[in-house]
Amino acid sequence: MSPALPILLALGLGLAAWLFARARALTFRANSTSKRHSALPSHFGWYAALWVAVPMALFLLAWGPISSQLVMADVLDSPAAQDLPAFGQQRMAILAEARNLASNPGGPNFYDEARTLAQVYAESSQFYTFIGVGIALLIAGASAVYVYLRLKPDLAARNHVERMVMGVLLAFSLVAILTTLGIFATLVFETWRFFGMVSPLDFLFGVQWNPDPMSATEHIDASRYGAVPLFWGTLFIGAIIAMIVAIPVGMMSAIYLTQYANPRFRAWAKPALEVLAGVPTVVYGYFAALTIGPAIRNVALMLGVSNPSSESALSAGLVMGVMIIPFVSSMADDSIAAVPSAMRDGSLAMGATKNETIRRVLVPAALPGIVAGVMLAISRAIGETMIVVMAASTAANLSANPLEAMTTVTVQIVALLTGEGSFDHPTTLAAFALGFVLFLVTLALNFIALRVVKRFREAYE
Amino acid sequence: MVMTEYPEAPKVRGAMPSIDAERAEHGPAKMTARDVSVYYGEKQAIDSVSIDVFSEYVTAFIGPSGCGKSTFLRSLNRMNDTIAAARVTGEIALDGEDIYASGMDVVQLRARVGMVFQKPNPFPKSIYENIAYGPRIHGLADSKADLDVIVEKSLQRAGLWNEVKDRLADTGTALSGGQQQRLCIARAIAVEPEVILMDEPCSALDPIATAKIEELIDDLRGNYAIVIVTHSMQQAARVSQRTAFFHLGHLVEYGLTSDVFTNPAEERTKDYITGRYG
Repeated sequence: MSPALPILLALGLGLAAWLFARARALTFRANSTSKRHSALPSHFGWYAALWVAVPMALFLLAWGPISSQLVMADVLDSPAAQDLPAFGQQRMAILAEARNLASNPGGPNFYDEARTLAQVYAESSQFYTFIGVGIALLIAGASAVYVYLRLKPDLAARNHVERMVMGVLLAFSLVAILTTLGIFATLVFETWRFFGMVSPLDFLFGVQWNPDPMSATEHIDASRYGAVPLFWGTLFIGAIIAMIVAIPVGMMSAIYLTQYANPRFRAWAKPALEVLAGVPTVVYGYFAALTIGPAIRNVALMLGVSNPSSESALSAGLVMGVMIIPFVSSMADDSIAAVPSAMRDGSLAMGATKNETIRRVLVPAALPGIVAGVMLAISRAIGETMIVVMAASTAANLSANPLEAMTTVTVQIVALLTGEGSFDHPTTLAAFALGFVLFLVTLALNFIALRVVKRFREAYE
Repeated sequence: MVMTEYPEAPKVRGAMPSIDAERAEHGPAKMTARDVSVYYGEKQAIDSVSIDVFSEYVTAFIGPSGCGKSTFLRSLNRMNDTIAAARVTGEIALDGEDIYASGMDVVQLRARVGMVFQKPNPFPKSIYENIAYGPRIHGLADSKADLDVIVEKSLQRAGLWNEVKDRLADTGTALSGGQQQRLCIARAIAVEPEVILMDEPCSALDPIATAKIEELIDDLRGNYAIVIVTHSMQQAARVSQRTAFFHLGHLVEYGLTSDVFTNPAEERTKDYITGRYG
């Protein structure tokens, strides 16, 4: 069944119901002597349209997967399917090809069986589409009758529409929540499988990261899956080097913009700073890999460091810090601006200078908000992928030397998943375990940061 | 007797002879304003106000909302500077020194002319740090022991010491409203100002806390020139020795509190005091 069909059906019948109910409401109006009505004609229209279209659309939505199951059962029951290989890839390939041929008869055809099956397939799916549309029309008809019986001048259509709108909004907001749950479930499931092969202790506390995608699944060397160097690299690049750049620059620009800059300068400097947040991270990646990395290498060479890496932790961290500046500065800006002006006046009235007021009163008062901003920035930085993929190395080094090559959790996830590994090998599954850890850490950081911001807001309102 | 640097008396229509008598007895005014006008952008908030404020007296500014009394108060320690559109003309002097002169150090001025705000605004720091803030930035204490002395003395003078001496490390914002306001007064006197400006200091407080603050103002007046803006005429009558009545940006009448309340020279003052408007 083509997906356009339910949409067109729902829209068409909905529009018809809308027009009909609105016309009915207009005749009610014309016949009524009172000026005050329970609802506007368009409320009647929406009431009818939603009643007719929504149940039918829901049914068709559910019918899609049900009918494809029924079709598949039909196809497998047909005499042509009895000769199919019982299991394996070939059986799947033939069935897939039959499905393709059914909707596109001129498509590629490698198996003779597929051609006969396609026939069955096409017939069966036509049949079930027919049934589906029939039931949908019955449902729509039933709703239409129900609505027609209720279309009276005193129907509180306005309130009904209000409730229906709430339902629609609720459904859409559930989409985001359910997606998050789905992502979480996927991660948990795959991580569980990984921990079945490699012990969580080896993974979380081992210091050697060297997964071997060629090893047989029966002989896993768990000691090669120690993720500590990755965690360290992630922290060192995202939470240390990047923050050494982003916190001072972000804070000071926020202080200048909120406290010193004249409105005209602020009017263009603030958006200009925020443009940094809109630059695609891949562009930062070029910048880090092609400009900053080699430059740092050259400086290190001049300083007499032997054989420095051009994929140093420093270059990725510095560029990531620049990317994070707008996050820190806009959070700091908001929190400083949220400190009541009574604090500032109180300090100025004591004879404090502007600088003393900022350092001793405004920034301490805004500190919870600033800290929350930094936490959000860190969670952003450690989850950032493109810059480190382009500028950091894939070598897992456990070192405190910023000139050395280091790798991060995200780089390894990309490396593990872009290979040819199969999805039941720990090398691939390790990517999910890494993703799970990253997910938990950023979730915790965001959660704490939001709590802090909330308490800070409450303190001043 | 000693003459002020501004020999001519303020040109106030309702000025009473008794004020000149006070001046003669009391020496030069602590702060003098001559023909002061304040503008917010195009709008004129204060129109040529001239007034003298004396040490050891509490001077109350009364008048209906929007009459400019707070604006005028804020121009006495140049807090209007923080509002970009505000402009002050005329002359305001502290001990004869023009505070709007280009050489005036605003930081020093505000240390000498302290301020207490309408809503208690303790810093989100400990009680101790709230008081120590001013002495620290002005370098009034040479040692931790000095600072401890200043903090204790200021809290004692503000009548708060006995209530908070065991919890100086607690945050100042955790105190009750009245305690917070006394903390702000203690904070202001910790830098040993000469003038204390109070902008409706009791308007956010309950009657008991208000009574405590009024008592405190009375205790403090011997050492400072205190100027208080208030909406409560009873409060002005209770705490002040001088009362100035502002209306629509003009200083209508200025005199001894007893005279202003019992025998106002101006019809408008009388109407306001008897509750005819405002």
